[in-house]
Amino acid sequence: MKHAHLAAVAAISITAALSANSAQAEDLTLCWAAWDPANALVELSKDFEAQSGHKMSFEFVPWPNFADRMLNELNSGGQLCDLMIGDSQWIGGAAENGWYVKLNDFFDANGIKMDDFIDATVTGYAEWPKNTPNYWALPAFGDVVGWTYRKDWFERPEIQTAFKEKYGRDLAVPKTFAELKDIAEFFQKREIDGKTVYGASIYTERGSEGITMGAMDVLYSFGFKYENPDKPYDMEGYVNGPGAVAGLEYYKALYDCCVAPGTSNTYMSEGIDAFKSGQVALQMNFAFTWPGFETDMDVGRGKTGYFANPAGPDGEQFAQLGGQGISVVAASSKQDAALEYIKWFAQPDVQAKWWSMGGFSCLKAVTLAPDFPQSQPYAQTFLDSMAIVKDFWAEPSYATLLQDAQKRFHDYVVAGQGTSQEALDGLVADWTETFEDEGKL
Amino acid sequence: MTHSPIERVAFATPPAIASRARGLSDRALAWIFVTPTIALLLAINIFPLVWTIRLSLTNYRANRANAELEWVGIRNYTRILTDGDIWLSMQATAHFLIWTIVLQVAIGFALAWLINRKFKGNDLWTTIIVLPMMLSPAVVGNFWTFLYQPQIGLFNYVVSFLTGIDPSSFSMIGDVSLAPWSIVIVDTWMWTPFVMLICLAGLRSIPDYIYEAAAIDRASPWRQFWTITVPMVLPFLMLAVLFRGIENFKMFDMVTLLTGGGPGSTTELTSINLKREAFEKWRTGYSSAYAIILFVTVFGLASIYVKALNKVKQR
Repeated sequence: MKHAHLAAVAAISITAALSANSAQAEDLTLCWAAWDPANALVELSKDFEAQSGHKMSFEFVPWPNFADRMLNELNSGGQLCDLMIGDSQWIGGAAENGWYVKLNDFFDANGIKMDDFIDATVTGYAEWPKNTPNYWALPAFGDVVGWTYRKDWFERPEIQTAFKEKYGRDLAVPKTFAELKDIAEFFQKREIDGKTVYGASIYTERGSEGITMGAMDVLYSFGFKYENPDKPYDMEGYVNGPGAVAGLEYYKALYDCCVAPGTSNTYMSEGIDAFKSGQVALQMNFAFTWPGFETDMDVGRGKTGYFANPAGPDGEQFAQLGGQGISVVAASSKQDAALEYIKWFAQPDVQAKWWSMGGFSCLKAVTLAPDFPQSQPYAQTFLDSMAIVKDFWAEPSYATLLQDAQKRFHDYVVAGQGTSQEALDGLVADWTETFEDEGKL
Repeated sequence: MTHSPIERVAFATPPAIASRARGLSDRALAWIFVTPTIALLLAINIFPLVWTIRLSLTNYRANRANAELEWVGIRNYTRILTDGDIWLSMQATAHFLIWTIVLQVAIGFALAWLINRKFKGNDLWTTIIVLPMMLSPAVVGNFWTFLYQPQIGLFNYVVSFLTGIDPSSFSMIGDVSLAPWSIVIVDTWMWTPFVMLICLAGLRSIPDYIYEAAAIDRASPWRQFWTITVPMVLPFLMLAVLFRGIENFKMFDMVTLLTGGGPGSTTELTSINLKREAFEKWRTGYSSAYAIILFVTVFGLASIYVKALNKVKQR
């Protein structure tokens, strides 16, 4: 009897200790890029801290070094990050290398349904293999390449008249890439308010992913496809087909005619600077930049307009997907607390607040709400853009594939070496070699 | 009994320290002292080299450490040696290397020759001239990126002032034909003072009496320059060339910040190219082979050069 009593006391003590442990407050570290949305997330996460008792720490790395730093961290099994908002292209490698925790069981147990999120973001940020119900992340920040324009310049009568005289149509948001180039050419080196302005700011950055994100944004709508839909990894005639060739030629023509001098290596931040400083009429950039323009002293207060990527010559219209999902790092020793954060983050009211703070929610309950298009001047453009997204390869070897594209595009578009056809033929050769090395061809 | 001097020395010498202590020979004691150093050298120099050679024969990717390792033999080496892009990057490196060395040696020597003359403010000028090499390459890269900006950069305005060309009509780091020169200019600006200091040391090591003797022999200043100054400074110059050559062969930071290897791949030096392969594309096996090829190239060239340098020194 005495032994039985002791055993019962011991069992109760162990259970109490374990339950106390599971409810223990943790210090969670969330890793992401250093940009405006990350600052909004810090504010948003204060609610989580108050509710859960966990403390949130953040590790933010500037975009140009983000992939290098974080992929090293994941690959080395480091315990710096408990939660990772990793780029969409990482998902294949992260899944296959066991860097992220698979979330299917957790989603099922907590009633989190992927159908509740914008379809493209689920495919882009969460699934691997693509189009299969294997989830490694919760869509966290929807992003897409779109365009901003100087609405106040477009509305000036003298500029409207000059444009109509030259092109025989009204100066308005371009519906096609051909119209976009006309507008960019029209503004190139035009004097506005005593200052020389330029046509457009587009991505030309060589080092990380810039020019690829920019060129692909155009190429998709001109007919580029990554592979034969019926034969995976068969790229001949798709990556370097006539449409793709024309698309790359268009991108080079846009670069040659209509960018500001010295913008041969520009990406997101340079685009923001060019637009805010009143240097360009049009700007290609990811949607995350838009809230910043609305609050800017120079281009805010109704001076900026937004539009989705225009259509290509055959009416096809696509846009480059950006954005990220939030994942639990497999090497983390605080996975339970990290999952708690994801559960909290997935709630509709948290997502609504996320959107109101400048975070681009992927939850349909937020984005399909009747008042959503009126909630921000760029809200409708965000919806339109998210409906036409395509993403770069998310293969485990995406880094190699991306760097090959960076080289081929920059060599042709910026350095003017070779032809568009040669650049894309070279890209097919590069990608074929990589897939052969991977054993996929 | 008398002893020879050698025997007396032998008797005076105490028995080997090691054999007195724990019966160790001097040789064994020497090994005990040397072994940690050898082990350290093996660990930090030889092992990584051997490991790199091993990796260069595989398809290993550092970002997928758990993937199955496949032996590919010399495939990585043949790919590199037949890859046109890599030869272009070698060409870009050679262009950078040759022009920076030529300009730095010419300007550095000229500056040293001028500074070596006795004039007021000599020390101040020396200090001002050596300032660029005190700066961090990262600072220099960013600093010159601004100077080269077509719209706001001072460099373009100076060129415009001198030539009348519109400053916003050309971009030093955005133009294919100008970009290779843009990095040569910055490196020359930064490192010419280094060559100047070495040359100055050489010039100051020449005793005055040699010039005095030459003057007595009625040798013209030009003759003195070619028969005394140049030969005596030559070993110093060659040393400067060796240092700058090795440094610029592995140039990375300043060029990365300035042009990022662009436009296109115009200024993508081998070190930048290698970094892309190793840490952006994550082709570890391939980049290991690349590193070995570069190592052999530098080692071979440096060995030939050092032999030539020794010959010059012996003259």
